Amino acid sequence: MTEAQLKVSNIETYYGPIMAIRGVSFEVPKGDIVTILGANGAGKTTVLKTVSGVMDPQKGSVTFEGREIQRMDPDKVMRLGMSHVPEGREVFPFLSVRENLRMGAYTRRDPDGVAKDLETVFGYFPVLKERADQRAGSLSGGEQQMLAISRALMANPRMMLLDEPSLGLSPKLVKEIFDIIVRINKERGVTILLVEQNANMALQVADYGYVLEVGRIVMADTCERLLQKEDIKEFYLGIKEEGARGQRRWKKRKTWR
Amino acid sequence: MLLNGVAVGCIYGLVALGFVLIYKATELVNFAQGDLLMLGAFVAYMAIAWWGWDYWLGFGLAVVVVALFGALLDRSVLRKVIGQPQFAVVMLTIGLGAMFRTFASVTWGSEIYTLTTPFDGKTVIAGATFSDQYLSIVVGTILLCGTLYAFFNYTRIGVAMQATSQNQLAAYYMGIPVKLIFSFIWAISAATAAVAGILLAPVTLIDINMGLAVALKAFAAAVLGGFGSIPGALVGGIVIGLIELFAGRFLPDGFKDAAPYVVLLLMLAVRPQGLFGSLGRKKV
Repeated sequence: MTEAQLKVSNIETYYGPIMAIRGVSFEVPKGDIVTILGANGAGKTTVLKTVSGVMDPQKGSVTFEGREIQRMDPDKVMRLGMSHVPEGREVFPFLSVRENLRMGAYTRRDPDGVAKDLETVFGYFPVLKERADQRAGSLSGGEQQMLAISRALMANPRMMLLDEPSLGLSPKLVKEIFDIIVRINKERGVTILLVEQNANMALQVADYGYVLEVGRIVMADTCERLLQKEDIKEFYLGIKEEGARGQRRWKKRKTWR
Repeated sequence: MLLNGVAVGCIYGLVALGFVLIYKATELVNFAQGDLLMLGAFVAYMAIAWWGWDYWLGFGLAVVVVALFGALLDRSVLRKVIGQPQFAVVMLTIGLGAMFRTFASVTWGSEIYTLTTPFDGKTVIAGATFSDQYLSIVVGTILLCGTLYAFFNYTRIGVAMQATSQNQLAAYYMGIPVKLIFSFIWAISAATAAVAGILLAPVTLIDINMGLAVALKAFAAAVLGGFGSIPGALVGGIVIGLIELFAGRFLPDGFKDAAPYVVLLLMLAVRPQGLFGSLGRKKV
């Protein structure tokens, strides 16, 4: 493993008195796709928000390319080269698709580069080009997700945080979006930190995976090996194991508990 | 005569615009808007009458001073209450308004002043005679709105302001300096109030309470137009201005001030989202 581009050590984040993240540490090496899996309420989104600066951790540190960023405002973090695609897309509904993309490039000062990236993005998602002058609020969910990813890409980031890009999309669209995510990673060398509930999809595209449960990381391994683990198969991929008597053993517990 | 109603309506519209801008961006309602209008008028008066400045110089100074003051207000006071209950914000801005009035009466005295303007004459257009004072209000409003429209739609920072008011979190993710944008919006909103104050000054004369009645009716205008809609605020303002005018002319004494609120109540009963308001829903 090369030197980590993003290093999170022992962060603890609270919502008021509730501890959402109980000491999470992980690393994201440059050029990789790393995924964090977990069920509803495991704290995945909170981890991403803590990394991008929307929430501040009470303890621990977040280091991006050698700089500590845990107390920075999100707009500053973003200027360092880290784009966040938030959960639920969060496009600007009353701006046109093109304006949304331009806002993605808000921090850039090179009009030529922006124009070039706009073409690249339209190449990834041709449907956005067709709808360039439509209001973003009138797009379908899948198109909004494409827009959210493209908008983050317009900042020409070195790292992207993706929060549940598959949320609410049809399996076909999910496949399409994940293909693009892989292309972004391969063609542009953008490091990707992916948070997903769709474990199957995430484990197929990512290099390394962490499993988050109730605010703690309970498992960390390469995705190939994670895919083989019984617990992952049973609880995240829904592959059922037949018991000796032809029934599922309802008492079976996760090994890390 | 119609022009007078439209002109007064324009003032309401401008103040309502100030309400709406701040509300859209920060979800705060600034009840001190009327007092910013009053401050604008006083600063202009001080520069023009006391220091003997040129009218336009005084105009510019007042707008800039009040705009800076608005930004400062955001930075120092209102940023701290974002996320607090709406009620706290309402109380805070009402309190601020009272402080501004006290400040004005200490600084400039509680007399009533007249601002001399270049708009004393009358203009004859197509056989009808218009008072320049009212004409200046309408023209000023049109110019200001045109400028703001262009600014919000065609400049990078203007579009960023729209983006910020549509989705603050996403704006943060885009690297838009949200806090700075908020201060900027406060400055624009305060400047609009100042312009309204200075344009209104020759009509109603300047005193420390000039903003109160205006702000109340402008608030009605903003609600009428659908709180959160910029064209709605302007149309609402003009509607309120006209209602007031006709009520004053054709109805018994005292109805003039009540009529706008009666219309507002009817409006809220029939179409609670206002003239231009929309009930948007978030897509999941």
